[in-house]
Amino acid sequence: MSNVTTAAPADGDLFVYRRRRNVELFMDLFALAIGLAGWLLVEINLFGRLPANLPLLAAGWFGVGIAAHLVVRWRLPYADPLLLPCVLLLNGLGLAMIHRIDQVPLPEKPALHRADTQMMWTVLGIVLFVVVVSWLRDHRRLQRFPYLLFLTGLVLLLLPLVPGLGTSQGMGAQIWITIGPYSFQPAEIAKIVLAIAFAGYLTDHREVLALAGRRVLGIDFPRLRDLGPIIIMWLASLAILVFQNDLGSSMLFFGLFVVMLYVATEKPGWPILGLVMIGLGGTLAYHFAGHVKVRFDSWLRPFENYEQNTQVISAQFGLAWGGLTGRGWGLGRPALTTFSYSDMIATSLGEEIGIVGLMGIIMVYSIIVARSLRAALASHEPFGKLLACGLGFVFALQVFAIIGGVTRVLPLTGLTTPFMSQGGSAMISNWVIVGILLVVSHQARRPGPTELPSTDASFENEDTLPIPVVRADSPRGDA
Amino acid sequence: MNHPIRRVALVAAMMFFALLANLSYSAVFRDASLDADARNRRTRDAEFAMERGAILVGSTPIAQTKASKGRFNYTREYSEGPLYAAATGYYSYDFARAGLESSYNTQLSGTDDSQAFGRLMDTVTGKKPAGASLQTTLDAKAQRAASQALGTRKGAVVAIDYRTGAVKALVSKPSYDPNELATTDLAAAQQAWRKLNADPGRPLVNRATKETYPPGSTFKLVTAAAALEDGRTADSTVASPASMTLPQTSTKLSNEVDCGGATSTIDHALQVSCNTAFANLGMELGADKVREQAEKFGFDSSLEGDLNPATSRFPASPDKPQTAMSAIGQFDVAATPLQMAVVAAGIANDGQVMQPYLVQEVRNPDLSVLTSNDARELERAMDTDNARALKQMMVNVVTNGTGTAARVGGITVGGKTGTAQWDLKKNPYAWFVGFAEEPHVAIAVFIEDAQVSRSDIAGGRLAGPVFAAVVESMR
Repeated sequence: MSNVTTAAPADGDLFVYRRRRNVELFMDLFALAIGLAGWLLVEINLFGRLPANLPLLAAGWFGVGIAAHLVVRWRLPYADPLLLPCVLLLNGLGLAMIHRIDQVPLPEKPALHRADTQMMWTVLGIVLFVVVVSWLRDHRRLQRFPYLLFLTGLVLLLLPLVPGLGTSQGMGAQIWITIGPYSFQPAEIAKIVLAIAFAGYLTDHREVLALAGRRVLGIDFPRLRDLGPIIIMWLASLAILVFQNDLGSSMLFFGLFVVMLYVATEKPGWPILGLVMIGLGGTLAYHFAGHVKVRFDSWLRPFENYEQNTQVISAQFGLAWGGLTGRGWGLGRPALTTFSYSDMIATSLGEEIGIVGLMGIIMVYSIIVARSLRAALASHEPFGKLLACGLGFVFALQVFAIIGGVTRVLPLTGLTTPFMSQGGSAMISNWVIVGILLVVSHQARRPGPTELPSTDASFENEDTLPIPVVRADSPRGDA
Repeated sequence: MNHPIRRVALVAAMMFFALLANLSYSAVFRDASLDADARNRRTRDAEFAMERGAILVGSTPIAQTKASKGRFNYTREYSEGPLYAAATGYYSYDFARAGLESSYNTQLSGTDDSQAFGRLMDTVTGKKPAGASLQTTLDAKAQRAASQALGTRKGAVVAIDYRTGAVKALVSKPSYDPNELATTDLAAAQQAWRKLNADPGRPLVNRATKETYPPGSTFKLVTAAAALEDGRTADSTVASPASMTLPQTSTKLSNEVDCGGATSTIDHALQVSCNTAFANLGMELGADKVREQAEKFGFDSSLEGDLNPATSRFPASPDKPQTAMSAIGQFDVAATPLQMAVVAAGIANDGQVMQPYLVQEVRNPDLSVLTSNDARELERAMDTDNARALKQMMVNVVTNGTGTAARVGGITVGGKTGTAQWDLKKNPYAWFVGFAEEPHVAIAVFIEDAQVSRSDIAGGRLAGPVFAAVVESMR
């Protein structure tokens, strides 16, 4: 892959990334407008009028979006310009769809207020995003305590199993904890904590893990004594699967770890081993944990057990009812599907803006993933590479699992659709992830002194070469 | 580390590609069947919210949509519900559809592919979309006569214009009122559904087209046709002992009537419905020839068309005694009343079997014709001369034989009686299958309970008058 943006000109001049902040602003406004348009079309199609609070709504929505943009402009001027608009677009569409589902059923019942709560979470998410962007600035500050973070992550993951604290919210999977009137999905926070922990641990140990090993069939496999961490993660994932009834999270965390291990060591033996372990775990779970078998059956043969699989069947009916171009905002019947505003929001959107619209949303997700991996490629040091790559991949995996689940590519897992599903924990943690990704991309793209190439021998084979340059006028000093 | 990152990017790209490919596949291959699923509330509600096309007999609508208040804008109404239930079927919210309401659902609801242009025009001109209406082939007088003649007995009558295959009467008893299931009072519909399903008379079962029964002696028409096609004539003789032991078994087969000596002509054997003669004839011909003849009349096939009947069967590989029993319509031979009417129609139409159909035309709301069913030839079952010979034999059955109860004054009528034993403890089924020359109609009458023990004359006495009443109504 040739890399125009990092190619060093022959005359020794330094290439500097363009900041593109105005492009970002323009796209931010565009994304915000699309979300608002969805919201307004719901009102127009259902009630034939614009909402009374339109000025307040528009001002608030554009206000938080532009505020996020300004903080990025101020603190991370070299950050990737595509990430924020994509996220704002998804968040806006999600809010509009939740608002639309709130209006059902009419006219027997008064409208619900899930969208209002979700707006509150969005604002809180953006506040945390602002905190990350303006306080963190250099992601390497996160590198320091991998073991502590690892433990914290594991505790968070397994917290819902504590009696009295954990709850399934009546939805099958034991993945919530309740404190007072609030419930929370700790796995969403664990996702960030563990990604940071893995990145820190692997930055320190990647040489050892990469060098020792045995070669079988042309593939290097790790030594038995180096298998400790992957086995711990495997067992933790199995525990999530079996005890929390959460196929999605289980797959997500194990996948995250294996991919980061692969990227850190550059040994394909790790992902191969990981796939074998997933296969083994899946087979065990299929035979010994009843709910996994149920999930598989309702994936492969949903119509054979209509009563049990009404949710996924109704989602299919909705998608078909929407057809290519959809019924239009407010004109479909997404609320017939259980959890149409959370787990199944992708098919709700598919029903109203069509398969074409849903494909557009998937493309926006793929842009976010692509820009995350782009930041990983551009990053000059292993921690940033691992962190951005891990976060980007876990994002891709999550989108694949949930949208694939509701459209029958995979068995349905109770994962959230990032930035769209109704739910506070996911909203907050996803905004924090975007903040971290922006920080990594800013550090990768900004001109300035970086580590010397000699600190990493493997860089010699890379397309992306860090250019050692000392700059006097590094913007706003160096962290 | 960039090399593995690029690999990861490739994996991510593949995952996104899988999502997009699956959605494309869904849109192209899954959507149609999902939309057509009767359990799909979205399509059901949309259908209930629009003006569904009417079903007409002559110029009278027997099913139509009327504006109503409440949860849905329209209610389906059947003006003479029980009389036409076997044809119209029902249209319900919770219990799907049956009959024409099911087989022509997309046209009636206006969602058929053939109506796409009309839908587009309605969208452009702002007209409210409406479904197409069905012009049936039914004859109101024949339908009513058949229903009245059958009375409260369980059974079925199918009348076909044998020159075209158009169905003139389609009755199944006991019937039900489709209005009870079509009501938009969903609780009442639920209750009616439970009651109809619990009814031991099984009123929801369409006995005319969806159930198969042993055709008994009426199947001797097929065996006789096979014999004529094999080169025999009406005067060919066949052994007709008073009773015989079937080969390889100790089963005794005897006649209910005197077949008139040790041998009998085929003509005479048909007149008196001689079992041993036809059993011997079947064994002489062999199972394959009889099956071939039956299949030419439509056995072992769906008959295509719009009636979607159950498939009538001739056993696949019967041994010798089973062939003998099959030749007289017992053993595993099973036919719908519709199939037996098609047999009579094929013979009456000089050997040419016409495809039976129930809908003449599908008309757009502006009365332009969307599709129309024309007479369609299925298979030639018999040579013209052989068919005419068999017709004469059937006429003899009615004039001199077991079928005298089916006589209609002044009209040439032919037919064949039948009783079929299906359970030794219960009364046999009574059949009459025949045709009239003017009106050109072939009719099968089936009565579940002959009310007497096995006797062809009794079967004819029971079913024959129903046949005569239908012919009488159509003259």
